[in-house]
Amino acid sequence: MIPSSFEYHRATSVADAVAKLAANDEAKIIAGGHSLLPMMKLRFAEPPCLIDINGIAELKGIAVDGDHLVIGAMTSENELIASDLVAQHCPHLINVAKLIADPQVRNRGSIGGDIAHGDPGNDHPAVMLSLDAQLVLHGPDGERTVPANGFFLGTYWTGLEEHELLVKVKIPVRKSGMGYGYEKLKRKTGDYAVAGASVVVEMNGGQISDVRIGLTNVAPCAIRAEVAEDILRGQTPSDDLTARAAEAVRDACDPAADLRGDAEYKANMAAVMFSRAIEKAIADARG
Amino acid sequence: MAKQAVSFKVNGKQVDVLVDPRELLVHTLREKLQLTGTHIGCESTHCGVCTVDINGESIKSCTFLTVQAEGAEVTTVEGLASADGLHIVQQAFVEEHGLQCGFCTPGMLVRAASFLKENPNPTEEEIRWGMSGNLCRCTGYQNIIKAVQTAARKMQEA
Amino acid sequence: MTEQMDKETREAALEGMGCSRKRKEDARFIQGKGRYTDDIQMAGMLFADMVRSPYAHARIKSINKEKALALPGVHAVLTADDLKPLNLHWMPTLAGDVQAVLADEKVHFQYQEVAVVVADDRYIAADAVDLVEVEYEELPVLVDAHKAMDADAPVLREDLVGKMQGAHSERKHDNHIFNWQAGEKEATDRVFDNAEVVVSQDMYYHRVHPCPLETCGCVASFDKVNGHLTVYLTSQAPHVVRTVVSMLSGLPESKVRVVSPDIGGGFGNKVGIYPGYVTAIVASIVLGVPVKWVEDRMENISTTAFARDYHMTGEIAADKDGIIKALRVNVLADHGAFDACADPSKFPAGLMHICTGSYDVPVAHLNVDGVYTNKAPGGVAYRCSFRVTEAVYVIERTMDVLAQKLGIDKAEIRRRNFIKSEQMPYKTCLGWEIDSGQYHMSLQKVLDAVDYDGLRREQEEKRAKGELMGIGLVTFTEIVGAGPSRNCDILGIGMFDSAEIRVHPTGSAIARMGTITQGQGHQTTYAQIIATELGLPSEEIQIEEGDTDTAPYGLGTYGSRSTPVAGAATAVAARKIKAKAQKIAAHLLEVSEDDLEWEVDRFKVKGNPGQEKTMKEIAWAAYNNVPEGMEPGLEAVDYYDPPNFTYPYGIYLCVVDIDKATGETSVRRFYALDDCGTRINPMIIDGQIHGGLNEGFAVAMGQELPYDEQGNLLGNTLMDYFLPTFVETPKWETDFTVTPSPHHPIGAKGVAESPHVGSIPTFTSAIVDAFAHLGVTHLDMPHTAPRLWKTMQELGVK
Repeated sequence: MIPSSFEYHRATSVADAVAKLAANDEAKIIAGGHSLLPMMKLRFAEPPCLIDINGIAELKGIAVDGDHLVIGAMTSENELIASDLVAQHCPHLINVAKLIADPQVRNRGSIGGDIAHGDPGNDHPAVMLSLDAQLVLHGPDGERTVPANGFFLGTYWTGLEEHELLVKVKIPVRKSGMGYGYEKLKRKTGDYAVAGASVVVEMNGGQISDVRIGLTNVAPCAIRAEVAEDILRGQTPSDDLTARAAEAVRDACDPAADLRGDAEYKANMAAVMFSRAIEKAIADARG
Repeated sequence: MAKQAVSFKVNGKQVDVLVDPRELLVHTLREKLQLTGTHIGCESTHCGVCTVDINGESIKSCTFLTVQAEGAEVTTVEGLASADGLHIVQQAFVEEHGLQCGFCTPGMLVRAASFLKENPNPTEEEIRWGMSGNLCRCTGYQNIIKAVQTAARKMQEA
Repeated sequence: MTEQMDKETREAALEGMGCSRKRKEDARFIQGKGRYTDDIQMAGMLFADMVRSPYAHARIKSINKEKALALPGVHAVLTADDLKPLNLHWMPTLAGDVQAVLADEKVHFQYQEVAVVVADDRYIAADAVDLVEVEYEELPVLVDAHKAMDADAPVLREDLVGKMQGAHSERKHDNHIFNWQAGEKEATDRVFDNAEVVVSQDMYYHRVHPCPLETCGCVASFDKVNGHLTVYLTSQAPHVVRTVVSMLSGLPESKVRVVSPDIGGGFGNKVGIYPGYVTAIVASIVLGVPVKWVEDRMENISTTAFARDYHMTGEIAADKDGIIKALRVNVLADHGAFDACADPSKFPAGLMHICTGSYDVPVAHLNVDGVYTNKAPGGVAYRCSFRVTEAVYVIERTMDVLAQKLGIDKAEIRRRNFIKSEQMPYKTCLGWEIDSGQYHMSLQKVLDAVDYDGLRREQEEKRAKGELMGIGLVTFTEIVGAGPSRNCDILGIGMFDSAEIRVHPTGSAIARMGTITQGQGHQTTYAQIIATELGLPSEEIQIEEGDTDTAPYGLGTYGSRSTPVAGAATAVAARKIKAKAQKIAAHLLEVSEDDLEWEVDRFKVKGNPGQEKTMKEIAWAAYNNVPEGMEPGLEAVDYYDPPNFTYPYGIYLCVVDIDKATGETSVRRFYALDDCGTRINPMIIDGQIHGGLNEGFAVAMGQELPYDEQGNLLGNTLMDYFLPTFVETPKWETDFTVTPSPHHPIGAKGVAESPHVGSIPTFTSAIVDAFAHLGVTHLDMPHTAPRLWKTMQELGVK
């Protein structure tokens, strides 16, 4: 398990990273390296050039900007877990990060890398969908902000344009009446999800005024379960309602069979994870 | 590919190496610096026998490029003991029979030492979660958990 | 009183048998100073890496090495054609078959070794592997063992076509390896034909891999000047490797030195001799420089030895009270592409005929057919003694099925059929002599400890609420300590083991054994045996193993044989020393030997307090003042050929809860009572049991080597191959009873494998029990969440 040879460049700033991307054909960005390096060690990926963005200070850090929590792309999972700002404004991310990989990997794995890699098994994409996050991208023509919704296009395929870099994510801060739930079924610590469901609800007077459901690893990329959301929106929570929405979640799935289970199992598990996540989210919203 | 010069500290000592960009830190430590306590197990970040600390944080050195260690402080199992003797976690592993074949032990110890800095007074469940990046085939983990508990207690007393 | 206290103090100071002495080996491991094979570096050392087949069955049309050889830093690329002139392109297996060292015209399994590349370092070697161009022509693939002997099955082993006499029996088909039977077929069939009750259960014991954290590897170093070959390698049996290397290479055995340095876990994976070792040795002899080969994790899981892969049917004939009248076991054994099972030569199915278990079975018949498939070769004893895991699984599962059919509780049916302690030693109908055991007493201890009746009541309540709770119970007997040379040999060498002890003039000692520790703590426990036998502090007894230049010949460490065989040799060698010491003591004290009695660490003159010589004093005298005619020195060697195997046993109970929505299993409780006879170091025993239980948990709940129809191995990284982490691993409760082995010098039976062997069927027993009220009698492993979920769908569990 030895990677092929490559050139290595350290980027000193976002602009520098983008310039280096443009200057080196087929160059890849290396963030935490825990998605890319394993693929390179198996020689599934053989990029001729790596651009390391670990030293870029502007990609780090967590701040609140108006009604958004702004997280630098190179913020590690463990930094999310340890952050008071995250605990206050989007504790959901802490629960999610705790279920990702293992302690050592969480020290290297970054939220930006997890999102930008486009792996359907990664957790943050579905979470970003459910949180209605905005992604800030930086390319040769400068910066643009896009919604997470619509960013995930397929396996290892995202809305990142050529020579573009994900620099930060912007997440709406928690409002009163908002609740979160993330449930992830996995074979063991360090594994990707068999199925995962991230649910964000907004409760108003005993009714679900809004809800967003993101699903992990049950389709070629992270997906929203929009039909299920429509079933739930405006309704009073009940077991029957959850069951109907869960059915819609199951129908939204298009998983690939692997050793984690066949398509039927995975779709059903997405429904189970959803049912558990929404229960948590509603309880969370009610405080 | 041209080799690159990389300078960093290992166990407090400055080292300068010339490496291919693709060289993995675990190979540099073991083969260039003769620090063979850090082992190679799965090569895919699952087993943790290659665990070292970079700037005080546990990482898996099988999936870390040596060029990325530029300027860093690396701690390996060989750096756990001090002039005063063995680290408390090292003693605790002997005391509680927390090792058998010894292959996972260096990574386990480096991780345990870091974990106890993150959480000096952990519950059993927290130990299981905090140590979950390190596999052991011999012990069934039970005595390792006891060793971490014992180390935590002794650190509190010290 | 004071005398008693003095005696106890002296005894405690020895840290001998029965003491939870801290381990001697820990100091180096905790400081990163262990020395494992891959830690070894030598000047000028090259690195070997393998070109492997992507196909499970294919003809090799051509191999082009040019591009690889042109890469700077590459020294050699060897294929079967290069090894042919040396007659090393094939090698004999321990099972009487041959195995391709490098694929000769054909590949027989995915990842098979096709060529070896030797380069300056592992990076260049990996690049060169990619540059070797191999052209294949795919052939039909045989993966399903049940189809191996079909008339139209593709013939795998063209080298054996027409050779209808195999190493163990006639062959019925070109893909047939052997038929092997034990017991009386006709007598057994007759009982079945007339039985009141018959149960029959098919079960598949899936293919798994031992997967120690350290993979296999070696450093071969041939000294062209002296003609000496030194090989450091990850071997559980270094002496056997030396003999094989000598036979293969033609080098005199005296010029071959094999060293097993520290080993990062073995579990059976490191018993075999693999193509990587052979090619590294050849490369070192050809190139005249040291060559290292270390496999990566995928290579390890894919190629160096699987375990199990037994398709079994267990059948019991009984009366309506559940008393066993006969047992029938039929096995279809999938051995992969080459029969490379690591078993004693005479037993192609290992010790499978221990399948009568802990029960008084009047008559039995075992039939095993081995077949070739396009899967990796192996068949090692994964933390067990030669198929005893499969044997225990089939009898324990079938006992549960019988209990269920008759509506008798699974504890009760075992109680009714146990061999009684007064029947010990007990000759089984398949030819073994179980040395000792108190099964009834041990079972009762467990049932009381867990409040078995209370658990059953709780289960009733849960079932009424629609919840799934299962209670597993297994009462197994192992057979370990291979073995008596009258029926156990490897390549013709009897399976004795050895110890050599030298007591130095100042009373410290060094001892060497033919075994090799892989975490079992030999450096600690052998010293404890000697300490108790000789009255010398264990702290001053140095234990060395693993270097064939210094250690006496032994067959190595696997099958829980170290304590039963080498441990016995250690005690006997110590007793030889003690006998000489007694003569010296008599001489020094000017009394007759018969006037002396032994007490802890000294010989005393009976009835004459104060007249005594300590072992340390005797050691000194052994080098300057021995009786007339006695040779000086104080040392002994013993090669111990055991009169019998030992038969440790255990009573394991497990409680599981199953999540109906996901199929996930939660192991709420696991209670393991082990009886391994005399306990040398309780701390180490507990540690061994924890580890074995965890490996059993892994096998039962997740580990598997799944192949698709094209013979592709689907999961060979630690992402997929299940090694439980801290989080998934249950808590273990251990307990013990002590029934010493009557034939072993210190009464010890061996323990490290019992927890693996015994726990696996316990997990299955518990899982099946959760569904027993729905009519389920058996579920195949691994009991993963998707499989259990499917089961629940089929059963309509909501």
